[in-house]
Amino acid sequence: MCLAIPGKIVDVLEEDRSLALVDVLGVRRKVDLGLLQDEPPETGDWVLIHVGFAMSKIGEADAREQLRMLADLGESDAAMEEVRGYGLEDG
Amino acid sequence: MRFVDEFREPELITRTADEIRRLANPARHYRFMEVCGGHTHSIYRFGLKDLLPSNMDLVHGPGCPVCVLPMGRIDDGLSMAERPDVIFTAFGDMMRVPGTKGSPLEYKARGMDVRIVYSPSDALKLARANPDKHVMFFAIGFETTAPSTALTLMRARAQGIHNFSVFCNHVTIIPAIRAILDSPDMRIDAFIGPGHVSTVIGCRPYAWIASNEDKPIVVTGFEPLDILQSIVMLLRQLKGKEKRVENQYKRAVPWEGNRAALKAMAEVFELRPYFEWRGLGFISQSALRIRESYAEWDAERRFSVPGVRVTDPKAAQCGEVLKGVLKPAQCKLFGKECTPEHPVGALMVSSEGSCAAYYNFEHRKRVVQIRPAVQEVA
Amino acid sequence: MTSVVSKIRFRDPQVEMAHGAGGKASRRLIDGLFAPLLFGSVPVPLGDAAHVNVNGTCVAITTDSFVVSPLRFPGGSIGELAVNGTVNDLAVSGARAQALVVSYVLEAGLPTEILEAEVRAMADAARAAGVIIAGGDTKVVEHGKADRMYITTSGIGQLIPGLSISPAAVRSGDKILLSGPIGDHGITILLARGDLDLEADLCSDTRSVLPLVEALAEAVGAGVHWMRDPTRGGVATTLNELAHDCGLGVVLAEDLIPVRDQVRGACELLGLDPLHIANEGQFLAVVAAEQAETALDALRKTPGGQDAALIGEIGEQPAGSVLVTTLYGGSRMVDMLVGDPLPRIC
Repeated sequence: MCLAIPGKIVDVLEEDRSLALVDVLGVRRKVDLGLLQDEPPETGDWVLIHVGFAMSKIGEADAREQLRMLADLGESDAAMEEVRGYGLEDG
Repeated sequence: MRFVDEFREPELITRTADEIRRLANPARHYRFMEVCGGHTHSIYRFGLKDLLPSNMDLVHGPGCPVCVLPMGRIDDGLSMAERPDVIFTAFGDMMRVPGTKGSPLEYKARGMDVRIVYSPSDALKLARANPDKHVMFFAIGFETTAPSTALTLMRARAQGIHNFSVFCNHVTIIPAIRAILDSPDMRIDAFIGPGHVSTVIGCRPYAWIASNEDKPIVVTGFEPLDILQSIVMLLRQLKGKEKRVENQYKRAVPWEGNRAALKAMAEVFELRPYFEWRGLGFISQSALRIRESYAEWDAERRFSVPGVRVTDPKAAQCGEVLKGVLKPAQCKLFGKECTPEHPVGALMVSSEGSCAAYYNFEHRKRVVQIRPAVQEVA
Repeated sequence: MTSVVSKIRFRDPQVEMAHGAGGKASRRLIDGLFAPLLFGSVPVPLGDAAHVNVNGTCVAITTDSFVVSPLRFPGGSIGELAVNGTVNDLAVSGARAQALVVSYVLEAGLPTEILEAEVRAMADAARAAGVIIAGGDTKVVEHGKADRMYITTSGIGQLIPGLSISPAAVRSGDKILLSGPIGDHGITILLARGDLDLEADLCSDTRSVLPLVEALAEAVGAGVHWMRDPTRGGVATTLNELAHDCGLGVVLAEDLIPVRDQVRGACELLGLDPLHIANEGQFLAVVAAEQAETALDALRKTPGGQDAALIGEIGEQPAGSVLVTTLYGGSRMVDMLVGDPLPRIC
């Protein structure tokens, strides 16, 4: 139920705009875009592929945001620890 | 590999694991259930349990569509393969699953036309290319996979392809989660929520878990950083005594789900009144069947199937492992009568089933870190 | 002559596909039926080739059957596999192939041009590998009784001086070397079958590894404790066999294992592990720790060995098993395959 991989659309096929050629590290396959017809993806977009169908568009901004949040992990807490060490808090 | 490697970055993983250890209350024992078999597979494949504190248990949920398929249904599907004019197609996951007279691969070895497909659309293509044969596609999967089957059936109708049918064994995730929560011996603190199912159904269907059952649930991706970040989010909720649905897998999961996918499913499928889940018993409104309007492409209607119910040996404790009451190694048959090579119960049959995953990846692990020695010479 | 009936431990009622896949089931068949009946006087464990004493001279001898579909694929064909496979089995047993004999089982109706292409391929591969094809045999069976053609090659070789390899020579602390990227052959075949509708710029890695083995022998000689070529079942199966045979543990560092992008992409898409995928032009060597760097250097300097890597080491634990570790401290066991690796969607 769960194996889905991000792939880049290298060509939206002309014969049938519901089909695209998708690339995953140099491996290519025609992927059905039929489930994304409400907001059809374009060449260059990244999509999540499951059993030969594109399930959703990958949000690059969301990915960046998530990595930023992870990179910040522990930093604000570490800063808090340091401040606590100064004994400035009540109780 | 873009959108994959960044979420396997070792330094970030170490830092997130540190945060988990920092947030975990040493006086508490945490039990988190990951519902989806794909998460079970990721957890073992990336060795994530090694990074978690000892007061944290990951309990494997029932989200493995191969595991929950009763043997009788496999027999039904294979009975169609016995017909000389039928090409039996299925995903690779199904190929070694034993029916009472053997698995699809064993049927193939005996001379029947059994083929692996990567996509239901490939099965349809096979039907187009073989007009004198009938191609039957054995469909399995949760809501992640059902829309693709639905769209394929819609295409079959639109293209007038009549030598094609689907044996529909799609199941839905919410009733499975409900069955877990209704179980009296259940003791789960929070859920690592399904990731790819949620690309279709969105995050709203989990609201009752937070509001009625008082359990946090975080919709989660499948890379190590996704799962670890999800655990951080669950710990923060538990610490703050919150009970919410959160979306950790924002880059792939829209909160509202995929409307077009849901529409395709509604067009082609309807809910069965009840369906038997191997290990969990009969659950109402938990599985899909093909609508009357697509009857012509419904393998169950086109072929008469034995429909025999096959019960698992009493000694197999799949149900308890599925519900998280027992760990795989605690089942009496584990590793002895029941191994991936000769599975007795459902959970050993698929590589993402709890028992198979544990057997393949974990159960002989006795070693501690040796990495520094390897790094020297390289 | 005592009866060996009681030593037969193979209990399966019939032969199944899994018995030929090179994994656990194959092992059961070999250990449980063939070995007790055929190899009574030969000491086990069995390697890729047997070393027999012919009037005081020790020679290596081996045989292998080649069954592949499709017959031709990017990077090679059944003919090349048939030559390189046997040359390699001899090489990793520590021998330089001198001569091969070949046996063809052909399906009636096979077009001559296909047969000719494979025979040419064998001649070319033999020339490239520096081995002569000294003779052969042909049988033709009815249409439907063979999948176009099956080729069996048997080879005889001279032992490479200075090498003395066996699982018994393997020690805790030894390093594990791999000659190059894994998975190329198996993924090429999978894609060439066409069922999965995937395309990639990838070809089989079929080649003779003899030059690399000779470079290794010259550089460190007795420092090489064990070698094998990871064909069907992949690196995972081969190293599990080693762990089982020497009773020690194999620990690999995942980030050090060379895998081409396309192989990785195909494996991620299909849910496969590169460690389980077949190779036809690579080998694994276990080398004494203090000579590992010299060994690696020698491989890298030899044409075709530029991607050689040190991928792990032997330890006391996990005894009899293979463990893969990651940079961030996670680990997983890797087992032998039962049958061929199957794509998954879950």
